[in-house]
Amino acid sequence: MTTTTAPDGRVGHQVGRSLHRLEAREKVSGRAEYTHLMALPGMLHAKIFRSTVAHGHIKSIDVSGAREVPGVYAVYTSEDVLKVIPDPYYGPAFHDQPILAVGKVHYVGEPVAVVLAADPHVAEYAAAQIVAEYEELPAVFDEVEAAQNTTLVHEELRPAGTFADLKHLKGRRGTNIALDFRLRRGDVDKAFASAAQVFEHTFRTQKVLHLALEPYASIADFRDDGVTIYSAAQGPSFVRTEIARLLGWPENRVRIKVPYLGGGYGGKLYIKMEALATAMSMLARRPVKIALTMEEQFYTITKHPATLCIKSGIDKEGRITARKCEVWWNGGAYADIGPRVTQKSGFTASGPYDIDNVAIDSYALYTNLTPAGALRGFGIPQLVWAYESHTDMIARALKRDPLEFRKQNLLREGRPQATGTILKDAAIEKVLDRIADRLNWKQPFDRGTGTVRRGRGLAIALKAVISPTTSVAIVNISGDGSTTLYCGTVDMGQGSDTAMAQIVGEVLDMPAESVRIVPRDTDVTPYDMGTLGSRSLFHMGHAVRLAAEEARAKVTALRRELGEPEGGNAPLAELFLKKYGMQAGNIVGTGTYKPDYIPPDASGLTTNATPFWMVAGSGVEIEVDTETGHVRITRLINVADVGKPINPKIVETQLSGAALMQLGFSMFEKMQIDGGQITNASLADYKIPGMHDVPLVMENETVDTVQQNGPFGAKGVGELATFGVSPAIANAIDDAVGVRLTELPLTPEAVFRALRANANQPLGCE
Amino acid sequence: MSGAAKTINLTLNGRSVSAEVKPHHNVVEMLQTQFGLFGARESCGQGLCGCCTVLVDGQPVSGCLSLAVFLDGSDVVTIEHLSERGQLDPVQRAFVECGAFQCGYCTPGFVLMTKALLRQNPDPDDEQIRDYLAGNLCRCAAYPEIVNAVRMAAREAKAGSTG
Repeated sequence: MTTTTAPDGRVGHQVGRSLHRLEAREKVSGRAEYTHLMALPGMLHAKIFRSTVAHGHIKSIDVSGAREVPGVYAVYTSEDVLKVIPDPYYGPAFHDQPILAVGKVHYVGEPVAVVLAADPHVAEYAAAQIVAEYEELPAVFDEVEAAQNTTLVHEELRPAGTFADLKHLKGRRGTNIALDFRLRRGDVDKAFASAAQVFEHTFRTQKVLHLALEPYASIADFRDDGVTIYSAAQGPSFVRTEIARLLGWPENRVRIKVPYLGGGYGGKLYIKMEALATAMSMLARRPVKIALTMEEQFYTITKHPATLCIKSGIDKEGRITARKCEVWWNGGAYADIGPRVTQKSGFTASGPYDIDNVAIDSYALYTNLTPAGALRGFGIPQLVWAYESHTDMIARALKRDPLEFRKQNLLREGRPQATGTILKDAAIEKVLDRIADRLNWKQPFDRGTGTVRRGRGLAIALKAVISPTTSVAIVNISGDGSTTLYCGTVDMGQGSDTAMAQIVGEVLDMPAESVRIVPRDTDVTPYDMGTLGSRSLFHMGHAVRLAAEEARAKVTALRRELGEPEGGNAPLAELFLKKYGMQAGNIVGTGTYKPDYIPPDASGLTTNATPFWMVAGSGVEIEVDTETGHVRITRLINVADVGKPINPKIVETQLSGAALMQLGFSMFEKMQIDGGQITNASLADYKIPGMHDVPLVMENETVDTVQQNGPFGAKGVGELATFGVSPAIANAIDDAVGVRLTELPLTPEAVFRALRANANQPLGCE
Repeated sequence: MSGAAKTINLTLNGRSVSAEVKPHHNVVEMLQTQFGLFGARESCGQGLCGCCTVLVDGQPVSGCLSLAVFLDGSDVVTIEHLSERGQLDPVQRAFVECGAFQCGYCTPGFVLMTKALLRQNPDPDDEQIRDYLAGNLCRCAAYPEIVNAVRMAAREAKAGSTG
């Protein structure tokens, strides 16, 4: 890391410390709590019976065989759910997902019935005795085909009403399009007509999943006066609001408790198992735990596959004068957060380039597949895959250096981005230059010989953070001066608890290690929109800062009240003692943060699209074995603009982890789907990166910048290093062997087929 | 579910214990339900991720694939044993020092595999570390930090034994 680190432990200098994660000891000793491992007295285990067809009317569900299994407590279908929750549909953007399938199933793996038993093995065995009959309906799996609306997934759209820009879709029939985001800047058609050259390419991404090693898990304990839900959830506040809505209750009767998460990556956002667990607990009047298996995660939520068409007009000088992007997002059977992905990523679909004429059409599509949601990047990695491949292809066609071509067209500080929002605190050029430096881009490069050819590639990306969102925090100083932070940001491995403690420590002049972070519990921890989209450090970071500052102001006032000298440093405990005559009392500071935001107009334009820009890129050096198509990544460089890091070491591990995760999505991960059936739903058949997939050399760096409106100059990190990895590798493959892959993943087979096609010796079909 | 429970006797984390296990109970389930030990956890259920690793007679074993009945007479060590006296094991300390985890779900498995590796090979090179730990998965991909931690643990052990 290039960032300087303040000496560890120096009080008052907590920001910038590479402090170990506060929960490190618990995690290495196996004592950290996870929902999947928890149990309540009297708890029943739920096992789910799932649809075997992609689209169909449910003709019958025979649960008699399951009910007869000794030890079964109950078997429930949607008929039972409807008795306790009359409108059992949930979702953050659309209320379209039923707790259990009602009348129809919309994808293979959709929950249809549930068996409850004290012994999970009994529940599992019994669930396998359930028999359902379906009248199959035509199904649609491809996002572009879905946009034709010939096969419909849902009869009518059910927007949630939470988002103003979705309200117009209410009641819309005859369509699979859950949202169409449109951006028009300048006049692309005119610009294409006058362009010296026009390039158009189509790219695709595959269906992949989060695959957290702690699978989805929720435990609901329903009582007449309230429900407590223990859940592996990234957004406890949303879960609370949504469960309260489903039950018709005020929020204060719904309590969500979230321990540590065994990975989230966007999967554990919004409602996953919580509504089903609640309904089951209501029916059984016992605590009910739903803890999924690894296989079941493939039927819960995935990343969006996408088809991306991108067209650019170039003038004689090599400037990009126009860019048109059409993106079809395969959202699966239920919208989840897909419409948000569609809109928010749509803002930057044309990339980090200064282009006067831009047209973007971004469509969220329903299909009969496992629903898709947010996965570490909120759509951005798919877009970058397209625009950074496309940009490289243009540079090569123009016989321009890919770095120089990018630099010529780069969006610079003070210039309007496609939405019209002025670029500020976004070190695009600095990041790109740093990647090029690390790659020794200007130096001669060993291109290999014989059957091993070497190449290098780079990619650079821009993201607008999801906005507007709100965070609230409470800082509580106790009578002995010890300090506790209440905040709803969920630490799922990204180190947020540690960073937040550092912010409290910085403001209150105490070691971050001494700050206690209360485990997330909506009865105690205040509202937060969710741990998503790299928003927490900025939004919650500000809320925590404000709360700590308020507490500090109250301490100053107390000093004054007690006649302490101005600038005196009597310990906090002494102040409380003096004030209350004993170790007693509290000083409580609260902070609420919501950045300004102006929603886009009908043309998709706004002067304030985001409170901060996210910038990152990657560079790679690779070897391609021309006899096998195997690609070996010999060097992977990730550079990001994170502002001023709160904890440089954690920032580095976030960059490293994100890049390696994306490396899996780039090189081999793919859910194989045949007629709507997932044929590789296990870790035996779906490979994720392991030790041997780490590139020989990996370098993660931040550039020296300050986010001026960020807490202590910082901004979000979690997703950044996912952005550039896929196109950088594809660009390097082209550089090495002159073939261009436009579809992920970049498997040896895909490379080899392209090599053979390039040599006019194409291989037959798969 | 069927089949009679059998009483097995084993040494668990240094203590003689007995357990009532059914034929279908795996090691993870026995540890969690009968001994309240949650450091070994089932994730993939196929012996491919290493989250369920325990040491049986010194050898790392996938607790999700091993049936509990076969532990009769064995010496079983779980992650909890390593810091039982309140002090972290040198391997655990190295994982903390190197930041060799993020979410922590897979960490106990990696720590126990590292214990087994260093017992077999006190001075492994990076390739040997990667080979030995290739059967453990970390979705947060803290792999570079894990390799650093193994190196540090090996170094500390060496310094400890010579110094």
